[in-house]
Amino acid sequence: MEVLIYLVPMALLLGLSGLAAFMWSLKSGQYDDVQGAAVRVLSDDDMRK
Amino acid sequence: MAETPDLSIYVKRQDDGTAHLDLAVEGIDCAACIDEIEGGLCNLPGVLDARLNYTSHRLAVEWRDGDVSPAHVVGELQRLGYRAHPFRSRLVEEEEDRRAKWLLKCLAVAGFASMNIMLLAVSVWSGNVTDITPETRDFFHWLAALIALPAVAYAGQPFFRSAMNALRNRRTNMDVPIVIGILLALTVSVVETIHSAEHTYFDSVVMLLFFLLCGRYLDQAMRRKTRTVAGNLASFRAEVAHRIEESGEIVLLPTAALETGNRVLVRPGERIAVDGIVLSGRSEIDESLVTGETARRAVQADSQVYAGSMNYSGTLTLLVTAAGKGTLLDEVERLLENAAAAKSRYVQLADRVAKIYAPVVHTAAAATALTWIATGASVHDALITAIAVLIITCPCALALAVPVVQVVASGALFRAGVFLNAGDAFERLAMVDTVVFDKTGTLTLPTMTVVNAGDVHPGLLQAAGRLALSSHHPLAAAVAQTASDRRPYDDVVEEPGCGVRAIVEGREMRLGSPAFCGAQILADRAVASDPLASVIAFSWGEEQTALLVRQALRTDAGAIVQKLRQRGLGCRILSGDRPDAIAPIAAALGIALWHGGCKPADKIAMLESLKSEGRKVLMVGDGLNDAPALAAAHVSLSPISAADLTQAQADAVFLGDRLAPVLSTIEIACRAQRLMRQNLGIALLYNLIAVPLAFLGFVTPLVAALAMSGSSSLVTLNALRARGRVPEPTPGAPSSHSVPAAQGA
Repeated sequence: MEVLIYLVPMALLLGLSGLAAFMWSLKSGQYDDVQGAAVRVLSDDDMRK
Repeated sequence: MAETPDLSIYVKRQDDGTAHLDLAVEGIDCAACIDEIEGGLCNLPGVLDARLNYTSHRLAVEWRDGDVSPAHVVGELQRLGYRAHPFRSRLVEEEEDRRAKWLLKCLAVAGFASMNIMLLAVSVWSGNVTDITPETRDFFHWLAALIALPAVAYAGQPFFRSAMNALRNRRTNMDVPIVIGILLALTVSVVETIHSAEHTYFDSVVMLLFFLLCGRYLDQAMRRKTRTVAGNLASFRAEVAHRIEESGEIVLLPTAALETGNRVLVRPGERIAVDGIVLSGRSEIDESLVTGETARRAVQADSQVYAGSMNYSGTLTLLVTAAGKGTLLDEVERLLENAAAAKSRYVQLADRVAKIYAPVVHTAAAATALTWIATGASVHDALITAIAVLIITCPCALALAVPVVQVVASGALFRAGVFLNAGDAFERLAMVDTVVFDKTGTLTLPTMTVVNAGDVHPGLLQAAGRLALSSHHPLAAAVAQTASDRRPYDDVVEEPGCGVRAIVEGREMRLGSPAFCGAQILADRAVASDPLASVIAFSWGEEQTALLVRQALRTDAGAIVQKLRQRGLGCRILSGDRPDAIAPIAAALGIALWHGGCKPADKIAMLESLKSEGRKVLMVGDGLNDAPALAAAHVSLSPISAADLTQAQADAVFLGDRLAPVLSTIEIACRAQRLMRQNLGIALLYNLIAVPLAFLGFVTPLVAALAMSGSSSLVTLNALRARGRVPEPTPGAPSSHSVPAAQGA
C-alpha cells in the first residue's frame, strides 16, 4: 500500500490543477458570453487582424 | 432623424489614449450578426476593437480617442441594420455580476472537494467491509480533513454570512440550521479522525455544500439574466432632450447628461424627458403617463411639469429641477416610503418553514443524545448518533425545494415576456384573489390610435395616414400609424396651430383641426358619438372625414379580464382619470367595481380597505401616481411602458401590447407555488423516514450520502415541472418591436 503515498498526492495535484484552470478561465471572462462562444466557433474569419 | 444626439457622456476615456463605449444592440438574432457587426466596425478607421456579447446583446467598442465619434459608431451600426443604444451599466447589475462570479468560485471549490473526498470515502466504505488497515483508513481520513476544512471555510462563506446576518437581526433563516449542521459535522469528524474511528462525515458535509451552492448559483444566474434584459430595455428607452446652451445654441443630448439648472427646449409632439418648471411658452400637455388623467392640462410660465408628459400645442422652455421637488413627486415619494416599509414585513415561505424546522431538528438531536445516554450508551456513541440526526436533517432538499422552483418558473415567465424583480413574488402572486387595474396605459395602450378607422373610407384613411407622416402633432402620429404606404407626400406645409396641407393629384389635402379642414359639422357629430375622444379632421378636395383618436383598450383586455374572473379573481379599476372616462371602459370589460379621480393616497386607502377585508391584491399599474399603490399592494405588475420609478416598485414587469402576461403570470405562479409545497412535502417526508433511522443509529456516512443526494435529485426533478407543458405563444417576447414606449425622439 506504500504506493498510495505518492499516488494520492498526485491525484490531488491533478484535481487542484483542474480547479486552478477553472478559476483562471473564470477570471479571464470565458464564461461571460457562453452563447457567443458556441457560435463563434463556426465563423472562419477569426484570422482577421 | 437627421439630428444625432451627442453621446460623449457615455464614452469612457482610458489613460492610453483610447476611448471605450458600451452599447446595447437591438435586432441580433443569428450568429452571422456577430461577424457583420464586429467586422463592419473594425473596418472603420480608428476603431481598435469591437466585441459583441451574444448572450447579453451588448457591444463594447474601443477606438483611438479623436479618430471616431460615438455618433459615427452608432450611425455605422444603423447602416448595417442594427439599432444601438449607449448603455451605462447600473450598480445593481455590477453587484449581481460580482456575486454570481463569487458563487461560481465557491461552487467550483465545493465541487473539487466533494469529488476528491468522495474518492477517499468510497475507498474507506469498501475497505471497511473488506480488509482496509486502520493505518490506511486514518491516512484517508486525515487527507479528507485536509481537503474539507479549507474547502468549507471558503465555499461555506455565502451561508456563514447569511446566517450571521439573520442572527444579528434576531431572526432565523434556512441558513442557520445549515451552518450549525455543517460546523457540528466537521467538528465531530475531526474528533473522530483523531480517535481513528471508522466513520467520518467529511464527504456528506462538502456534498451538502455543493448541492446548496448549485441552488444558489442557479437562482443568481436567473436573476442576472432578467436584470440584463431589463437593463437593455431601459437603454432602448433612453430618451433625448434639446438643451439650450449658454450661447443659445441647441444641442441634442441623452437625458442622462442633463443637470439641474439646465434649460431644455420641448417642441410640440415631443415627450417631456425631465421634471422641470416652465420658463416661457404656453402649451397643453398630456400627463396620462404620470397621473392617469387623459384630459390635457394647460401650462404656462412657472407651471411644474413632469417627465413622461406629452407636449401638444406649443414650444416650451423648461428649467430642469432635481427629481422630487414637485408637489406630486413629494407626495408619491412620501407614500412610497411608508408602503415599502410595510411590505418588508412579509416573511418568505422557506423562512417560515425554517422558523419551525430549526428548533424541531435541534430538539430531535438533543432528544437523541439524551435517550441514548439514558439507555446506557456511552456519551461518545450518543453524541455521534445525535450528529447523524443533525446531518441527515440538514435541510439540503428543503433548501433546494424553493429556489429551484423559483428559477424554473422565472424561466417560464421570461418566455411569456414577464421579468420578475423579486424572487419571493411567486408566493405572493399565488395568493392573489383580487386584481386591481389602473386604466390609462394599463388596460388601455399607452399610445393613441384611431378608434373609428372602420367607419372611414379606406382610401381616405390611407391618404390621411400618409399626410400625417409629415406632422409632428401627437394626434397626427396616431393617424400616421394607419398608413401602409410609409412615404410622406412632397411639399407638405405645416401651419402652426392648424394642421398640415399639401396638393395631391391636383386637389388640396388638409389634416388638422376641424375648422382648418372646414369639417366642423362632421367633427361635432363625431364627437357627440364619443365625447372622450379627440377629433382630427381630414379633407381632400370636397371629401371630408373626422377621425376620432384616443387610447384604445389593449386588444385582449376583455378576454383576459373574463378569464381572470373565471379563475375566481375579483377585478377592479382604480384610476386617476375622471369617472366619465372610465365608465365606458369598465362597461366594456364588465367590471362593476371601479373608482375614478383617485389621487395616489386614495389608491392606497382603497387598497388598505381591501386588505382589511382579508383580500390579497395584485395591483397592475403604470403611472407615476401608481408607484405607491404598487408598493402597498400585496404584489404588483407593471407594463414595460411604465414610468421608471413605477417599474422599480413593481414585483414584475411585462412586455408587449397585450394584457395576457397578467394571466400567465398568475398561472405560472400558482403552478410554482403548488410545486414548492410538493417539494417541501417531499423534503419533510424524507425527514420523517430518515430521522427515525438516524435516531436508532442506522445512519452511516454511506446512508447519509445516498439519502441526501437522492432527496435533492427528487426535489430538483420535481421542480422542472414548473416549466409547464407547452410554452405559450409569446407575442411580447423580448424583441425590439414589441416595446411600445420606444418613441423615437
